[in-house]
Amino acid sequence: MADFQIPVLSDEPAEFVPELQPGTMAHLRPFVAKPDHNVPLGFPGELVDDWKDKAIGRMGDLLNRYRSLRVYLDSCVKCGSCADKCHYFLGTNDPKNMPVARQDLLRSVYRRYFTTSGKLFGPLVGARDLTQEVLEEWYTYFHQCSQCRRCSVFCPYGIDTAEISMAARDIMDHVGYGMKYCNEIITKVHKIGNNLGLPGPALQDTLDGLEEDVKDGTGHDVKFPMDVKGAEVLLVTPSADFFAEPHVDGLIGYAKVFHQAGVSWTVSSYASEAGNFGMFIGSYEQMFKISNRIRKAALELGVKRIVFGECGHAWRVAYSFLNTYAGPWDFLDPRYPVPQHILEFTNDLIRNGGIRLDKDANSGMVLTVHDSCNVARASRMGNVPGGQFSVPRDVIRACVPKFVDMHPDTIHDKTFCCGGGGGLLTDDLMELRVKGAKPRMEALKQVIEQQGVTHMAAMCAICKSQFTKVLPYYGMKMDMIVSVHGLVSNAIQLGVNKD
Amino acid sequence: MSVVTNIYAVLFYVATLVLVLGVGAKVASYARTPAPLKIPTMPAPLTKAGAAFRVGREVVIFESLFRSDKWLWLFAAMFHFGLLLVLLRHARYFVSSDFEPLWTLIVLVQPFGKYAAFAMVAGLLALLGRRFVLARVRYITQPSDVLMLLLLLGIGVTGACMTFVTHTDVVGVKSFFMGLMTLRWQPLPADPILLVHLACVAVLMMVFPISKLLHVPGIFFSPTRNQADDSRERRHLAPWAVRMDAERTN
Repeated sequence: MADFQIPVLSDEPAEFVPELQPGTMAHLRPFVAKPDHNVPLGFPGELVDDWKDKAIGRMGDLLNRYRSLRVYLDSCVKCGSCADKCHYFLGTNDPKNMPVARQDLLRSVYRRYFTTSGKLFGPLVGARDLTQEVLEEWYTYFHQCSQCRRCSVFCPYGIDTAEISMAARDIMDHVGYGMKYCNEIITKVHKIGNNLGLPGPALQDTLDGLEEDVKDGTGHDVKFPMDVKGAEVLLVTPSADFFAEPHVDGLIGYAKVFHQAGVSWTVSSYASEAGNFGMFIGSYEQMFKISNRIRKAALELGVKRIVFGECGHAWRVAYSFLNTYAGPWDFLDPRYPVPQHILEFTNDLIRNGGIRLDKDANSGMVLTVHDSCNVARASRMGNVPGGQFSVPRDVIRACVPKFVDMHPDTIHDKTFCCGGGGGLLTDDLMELRVKGAKPRMEALKQVIEQQGVTHMAAMCAICKSQFTKVLPYYGMKMDMIVSVHGLVSNAIQLGVNKD
Repeated sequence: MSVVTNIYAVLFYVATLVLVLGVGAKVASYARTPAPLKIPTMPAPLTKAGAAFRVGREVVIFESLFRSDKWLWLFAAMFHFGLLLVLLRHARYFVSSDFEPLWTLIVLVQPFGKYAAFAMVAGLLALLGRRFVLARVRYITQPSDVLMLLLLLGIGVTGACMTFVTHTDVVGVKSFFMGLMTLRWQPLPADPILLVHLACVAVLMMVFPISKLLHVPGIFFSPTRNQADDSRERRHLAPWAVRMDAERTN
């Protein structure tokens, strides 16, 4: 099945610290972006001749733009608190996947060119010249970080490796050495409107098909509207929701919730993508452009609210950055937060009786939930800190007969990445994805064996795709991954009179 | 005035200057550089006061480190709190005994500061040991990490020696430093252990602004810790990003 060794799962989740095996992942790197993917984004087509000077220059620019980068490159004391916290280190044993070691790949060059100590003492303080070898190392290991921020939880100074790896990827893009997967997708978003390159008419067909399916299955006229002017809600959802499994069950769930709540909604063919891969490549400009498609769509359609579907990194950009990039939102209904998460929307309706759920529809299922890294550590739901943990759990509990949590060191803000986040959900990195999933797989296996868990709910398009692909490597069934709103879709009572 | 006194007087003026100007320049650069996006590590406090309290907890009780690694937390706490008490005890060299009520407090802290030296040195030895015993920590250790610990150990051990083994002329030391502060130089006792102790301290002061000791100001400027979770309520915009609003087509 695989041309690499699949990790053996331990019985003690989050306890095992691996032996160091230097270089085990040095061979694995994603495909390099071609001129077709780079030039439309304003990056050089391929590696430029004076890449060294350009890279140092770009690093200087970023140091002046980002306080995080400046402070984090200076502050690390090499205490090792983060070292055993990264799922890629835990799954690969490669010491360069320890967050501090990953940061040091960039920090060493920062020391050499931007600090007094590095210029004076060189290798004594870990400073080194920027060489072709260093650049290759950057390319390899900054594409083995999913920017999940678990290390930042445990760092005594809050050093966030995601900030460092975003900066490194931005520098590489600016010398024409970006990764194909992300840059190709961003090009598609600008050209077609979504990451999967699904054009408007095809999207309309898909939505019409879903309408028919739901009508056949339930007898209810649940609508899947597109480009409807004057709708109350603009739904912005990851494009995988339109056809991938189990994502599409979630989309059907959202539609049923809107239908039952009597709230008119629409998707936009122009902004038919919640994902924002600009974040993965650390590009402020790309994140800005991609975010402002949503502003434009909201203005043109004249909606009053914006609701995001289940997607982790999209929710980070939406919750934490959208106001910065695409605000202010003074043209929307001020009674609702902008944007809202579909889980907030659904949870409010469950609480006030706007929708009714029948747990028997999911009988026989024992659920656990995977907290997505960007939802857990980079955003919030609801009114109180930690709502991003309680809201999804409240919704799941309302839908299923039994819910159990995984090991406490693997949930909430200590959650492990699925292994495919941060722009790494590409087949050329399959070995990394399988190995990086190990800590989550261990925790999942434990609740399957000890608590009889049958399904794991996810609230992120990347997590859902990643788990579906990776579970079989560990001897588990791919269809045990469900969308949270897939559970809602099963349990919701359509046509039942409201209070 | 002896050559030794002159050398040490100049050394401490230079060290103080490097420390103050160097750290000042770093702090200014941190303050000047904007944080363009809201990136608090969630869950985060909803208010600025709450975020300040969060930073305070990191500074005082090393909250994140405690969640991460209990042994490392213990060693770090032994060293840092030991050092704090030792430093407070050293206030007696820089404050006149006529200066009340501060002097009474300095007298009160003396016995604590005295024995805190053991916690400080033990903590440093444990931190040094980790760097050789734990494979993953050994991997990330650079020569400067070991040198920094040795420097601090040098300060701690020579200091403890002067308290517990062979006393130095503390009255003379005080008059030397009071003299430096009032620009009326007084002789420094030429006690070898004292000279090593003070030389190490001066080196520490001078490497502070160019070393990992910048974690001290750094923690206060860490966006993942000092930002409030209020991005939906308040629009957060870096000065350099303001012009981009005008580039929007709508």
